[in-house]
Amino acid sequence: MSAIRNTNDASKANKVLHATRATGVAPSLATPGKNKTAQFSALAALADIWLPRLVLSPTIIASLIFVYGFIGLTAYLSLTESRMMPNYEFAGFSQYAALFEIDRWWVAAANLGIFGGLFILFCLITGLLMAVLLDQKIRAEGALRAIYLYPMALSFIVTGAAWKWILNPGLGLEKLMHDWGYKNFSFDWLVDSDMAIYTVVIAGVWQSSGFVMALFLAGLRGVDDSIIKAAMVDGASLPTIYRRIVIPSLRPVFFSVLLILAHIAIKSFDLVMALTAGGPGTSSDVPAIFMYQFSFTRGQLGLGAASAMMMLATVLAVLVPLMYMETKGAAHGR
Amino acid sequence: MAAKLPTLATPSFVQGLTLGRVLIYVLLILCAFYYLAPLYVMLTTSVKSLEEIRSGNLLSIPLNPSTYAWSKAWGTACTGVTCEGLAPYFWNSLKMAVPAVIISSLIGSINGYVLAHWKFRGSHIVFTALMVGCFIPFQVVILPMARVLGMLNLANTTSGLILVHIIYGMAFTTLFFRNYYVSVPEELVNAARIDGAGFFTIYRRIIFPLSLPIFMVCFIWQFTQIWNDFLFGVVFGGSDAQPVTVALNNLVNTSTGVTEYNVNMASAIIAALPTLGLYLVAGKYFVRGLTAGAVKG
Repeated sequence: MSAIRNTNDASKANKVLHATRATGVAPSLATPGKNKTAQFSALAALADIWLPRLVLSPTIIASLIFVYGFIGLTAYLSLTESRMMPNYEFAGFSQYAALFEIDRWWVAAANLGIFGGLFILFCLITGLLMAVLLDQKIRAEGALRAIYLYPMALSFIVTGAAWKWILNPGLGLEKLMHDWGYKNFSFDWLVDSDMAIYTVVIAGVWQSSGFVMALFLAGLRGVDDSIIKAAMVDGASLPTIYRRIVIPSLRPVFFSVLLILAHIAIKSFDLVMALTAGGPGTSSDVPAIFMYQFSFTRGQLGLGAASAMMMLATVLAVLVPLMYMETKGAAHGR
Repeated sequence: MAAKLPTLATPSFVQGLTLGRVLIYVLLILCAFYYLAPLYVMLTTSVKSLEEIRSGNLLSIPLNPSTYAWSKAWGTACTGVTCEGLAPYFWNSLKMAVPAVIISSLIGSINGYVLAHWKFRGSHIVFTALMVGCFIPFQVVILPMARVLGMLNLANTTSGLILVHIIYGMAFTTLFFRNYYVSVPEELVNAARIDGAGFFTIYRRIIFPLSLPIFMVCFIWQFTQIWNDFLFGVVFGGSDAQPVTVALNNLVNTSTGVTEYNVNMASAIIAALPTLGLYLVAGKYFVRGLTAGAVKG
């Protein structure tokens, strides 16, 4: 397809090139300059064919090495007995077997499930709700939007540091509530090993829900007005219109949002590091922290590589079906 | 005239301030408080003394504001082993982010130009293959990368971090520029070709001059990503090239001595200032970057 289009695009240059070929004038510098312009055009045409590829090739090569090659290397490393130093002797799936024997890995995986699920759910709910509310021709909409979105400009480390202070039992929120007269209020999730992972959800939702709002709002503004007017003529109420017409038509936005939130959740490393550092103990560990600690502080490269491959597998398991549904949905929808 | 239809966006201006309308505003303002509260808490805590922090609470107004915590955070606070404040790490981040942002944007621009207007057999596959770089969890490449940086003698240097950010930023920048350049009319490029303009002439004379808005989006997106990065910084930064996010994390998670919450909060704001400032100045481009990265990425 693109090849056909390309010949049309480069029409004139290519025609000249074909003409020179047909008349047997080789497009080479060495040929004596009988027909200088034709020769020049032929060269220019050649340049137009090869320059784009040449320009793109460093990126392609870099991507082949640093993305695909490195994934391959990590995959291979996960199949060796590597500890402190890489060891390139093939050892089958022993690292994976060892990984699945480690309780801490399952704690991390379960935490990712808890954090990912709740993070996505709450971001979706608050983001969609705020977008719908903001869509009601609100005064100072721009200012409100900016306020909801600014946490997205912050680093997860900054977010983590701020919430670590706010959720600090004894000084932060707890003291505020005591000062306000709620003497029995207690909120020590940050240091409670059963609840610590939920504090990560609180901070994560604070950081990312404004972004979800922005995406949904953009989607809402793209909804066809005439359908809505028609529904209003038919006497449908505003909530019904949202439920039956507007929100279903946001399907592609839902896919994008899910895609990005799932991606943020699986990669989450900074936020947990800054907020709980995986603690208390290892109770709020996630795979990204597990990978980091086993690879860089415990000298278990093979295990680290195996856990990284599991993270990649999780990303693919979420992204591939979503992407497939999205492209299919787009093909049907348009 | 009585049958004038209310549109979705203006349901009730005609009807005045109904109960529903009030409820909407209350909810929106509550949300605004929720998002602003941490910023307020950070700012006020950073100008309180430790005694004031203990005697007051999160929302109490600072009675004796002082810049003590700020100067300590900038100049003398301890981040792990050294006590030089955040300043050196702040400069590390800047020295890393500026070149990495510029180079990765330029590469993205020229790549996007090729992928949008010089399609060749297989260019679609190349594009899709490049985009995978947006999706992978970076944990899956850091072990080989650490080894390669070591071999290149770039481990624990700012140059090494710049290289890493350029490589893993290219997928995003290419995506941005490609999606933008697709909207530049094909006829414009074809007309230039018929006039005999070559690959680079067309880029210099037609494409590049049209690119200012997308360069802004790309600069802001890349700057935010690179400035806020933690994983690459902590793995490849060593002690000399550590970016400010890593230093902040070390400072906040230091377990020795009394935790100085005011210094922690001042440090957090210092680490956030550049991206927050960009957001305030060029928020429109920031949002466009987010949504552009989101729609396809």
